[in-house]
Amino acid sequence: MNFQLSDDQRAIKRTARDLLASRYRPETVRELADDERGFTDEQWLELAELGWPGVIVPEADGGLGLGAIELVVIQEEIGYALAPTPLLSTVSAALLLVAAGDQEQRSRWLPSLAAGETRGTVAVWDERSGWAPDGSELESVDGRLTGTKVAVADAASAEFVIVAGADARHSLVRSDDPGAEIAPERSLDPTRKLYTVKLSGACADQLRAGDGERITRAYATIVTAVAAENVGVAQRALEMAVAHAKDRKQFGRAIGSYQAVSHRCAQMLLEVEGARSLCYWAGWALDHDPAVAVRAASMAKAYASDAGFRVTAAALQVHGGIGFTWEHDLHFFLKRAKANGHAFGDGRWHRDRVAELSGI
Amino acid sequence: MDLTLSPSEQAFRDELRAWLEANHPGAVPREEQGSFEFRRAWQRRLHDAGWAGISWPERYGGRGASLIEQAIFNEEIVRARTPQLANVLGLAMGGPTVIAHGTEEQRQRYLPPILSADEIWCQGFSEPESGSDLASLKTRATRSGDGWVITGQKVWTTYAQHAKWCMLLARTIPDAPRHQGLSYFLMDMEQEGVQVRPLRQITGEAEFNELFLEQARVPESNIIGGEGNGWAVAITTLMHERATLAFGLQVSVQIALQELVEHAERSPGSNGRAAAADPLVRQRLAQLMIEAEVLRLNAYRGLSATMQGGVPGPEGSLAKWHWSEVNQALTELAMDISGVRALAIEGDGVGDNNWTYRFLRARANSIEGGTTEILKNIVAERVLGLPRMR
Repeated sequence: MNFQLSDDQRAIKRTARDLLASRYRPETVRELADDERGFTDEQWLELAELGWPGVIVPEADGGLGLGAIELVVIQEEIGYALAPTPLLSTVSAALLLVAAGDQEQRSRWLPSLAAGETRGTVAVWDERSGWAPDGSELESVDGRLTGTKVAVADAASAEFVIVAGADARHSLVRSDDPGAEIAPERSLDPTRKLYTVKLSGACADQLRAGDGERITRAYATIVTAVAAENVGVAQRALEMAVAHAKDRKQFGRAIGSYQAVSHRCAQMLLEVEGARSLCYWAGWALDHDPAVAVRAASMAKAYASDAGFRVTAAALQVHGGIGFTWEHDLHFFLKRAKANGHAFGDGRWHRDRVAELSGI
Repeated sequence: MDLTLSPSEQAFRDELRAWLEANHPGAVPREEQGSFEFRRAWQRRLHDAGWAGISWPERYGGRGASLIEQAIFNEEIVRARTPQLANVLGLAMGGPTVIAHGTEEQRQRYLPPILSADEIWCQGFSEPESGSDLASLKTRATRSGDGWVITGQKVWTTYAQHAKWCMLLARTIPDAPRHQGLSYFLMDMEQEGVQVRPLRQITGEAEFNELFLEQARVPESNIIGGEGNGWAVAITTLMHERATLAFGLQVSVQIALQELVEHAERSPGSNGRAAAADPLVRQRLAQLMIEAEVLRLNAYRGLSATMQGGVPGPEGSLAKWHWSEVNQALTELAMDISGVRALAIEGDGVGDNNWTYRFLRARANSIEGGTTEILKNIVAERVLGLPRMR
């Protein structure tokens, strides 16, 4: 029994922390938030050289063949740096390809995804349906898809989109397909670019090998990765709040000496640590304890969705008026945490899932 | 990272689990003195089999168990729903304090009867005017001949009516800075200067007592850690209370949660369906399951950190605070599920088969063993490094 990262995992975390801190300084994040594409080729190539797009892709498919726990560690640091990057979108697409692609589809796409030469993304939400990946009402006629997907992250910079269709069938649609129209949305969170993908008889290459269980596990991994990102976002917001509470003086003393402020910070710590424990557990379970992994992932996502918002909102409150200004960086953290909270099932959805998986 | 038990840890757990199953003493009698003697006998049985004070060094009757084995022990003993041990305060707090700060003579004298439950221990820290601000306590010890004479009042003294020894914190140097003027005594409860009065609580029962000390006598040899060092010794006691608690607490929450789910499945909700089918009840149940998992995982994370760092950190404060919130939320949901049936108290209204009792008892969780407000202060100052209040 040992609930601590291994030396290798710690090394990944340290590398990620240092690299991301130097590449995504606050002013860079701000520039990318304003930028239409949201990242530069140089930034992408650097992450690709570390092998991160293929971190969880099997070695036989050209990836690093590491586990969900390593993905969790990287995602936590991405969140901590608030890095705007299409990494999660590409990793998500890779996870679904690994879960459901047949040999031909895997060898066509996975090696180039893992090498960072190709990017993909995942389109889950119909315009009108809820979150569940099997709840889509996309029309499929003779291998051609018609319907509209919303909030598709990084679609304009991806070569293909994995589209969730009816009955949890997933298909690969190339972004340059004449039947696919990709239009930018204005995102709540400007550090992640969202698009509406309108399919009008788009040519779809259905993923042929996946069964329901493998797809469920792929989503559980994606959900854990999103939750882990919120751990990092919330950790950074907590640190900003504590630093401000030590520094800012009112009525002649640091505001962090007032219990109304210090107890709020303690509450933030409780929630950040709770979310972290759940994410590490879910990551570990995905690699080593499949029987509990899906439930663990939903627990992590439910908790981190709510904690991410509450902690960043509390950090804003601790900052007072300055925290409400565009000039201060805090709002980017609040928006990222809130957007992550809604992506791939919000707290309420995942709690319902936890109840269901617990036999209630 | 490896969240599975090693083969030797698993063997330890299996052995303990099998022993508990074979030796479970059954239900505790309801009546107070009988129930205590029942629990004393239960502890003796554990002790005879070598399961009492397992973390203590072997030369003092323990088995020098590792931290992880202690954690497993605390989990299993709760999971098996065994009665609380009669000498829980001596085992969890008194013994470890004597081991850490006592003389060799004191260890030889006091430790064996703690394990065998021949001598029960209680704790005399809090006073009517010194709760969270413990260091302001006024109970006074003055030298007299070859010992001390103690006068004052203590409160929240669990098991005082059964105890032979009291871990007593008293002021020996009145004009010293307040943390430096305290000494830690082992006071014999069987003397005229000690009066015990039961303190009736909101559940109607009296788990706690008030202690009135009027010229109580303690020999010089019964100071632990030396005169004037009482504060440091007391902190050891409190650290042990919080560090070893987390594992038992998280399992007790898991058990309560199973019972709550059964309660929700049996209780009527709206539209002729079970309460468990109500979406709001489901949401709250799921949230509690998640929080219970956080308690479990944090306990293991804390343990791993302690195994690496050596001493338990202030994170134990976080665990106790979080547990009290979860247990209160759990019993509040149970009351909501009971609906109008929560208004009538069933039976004698005491015990874990009664949600109304548990709901009322849980109100103390955020006060006993350190109020949530004090625990948040500790987390803010020692974990986050925020400036001290005031």
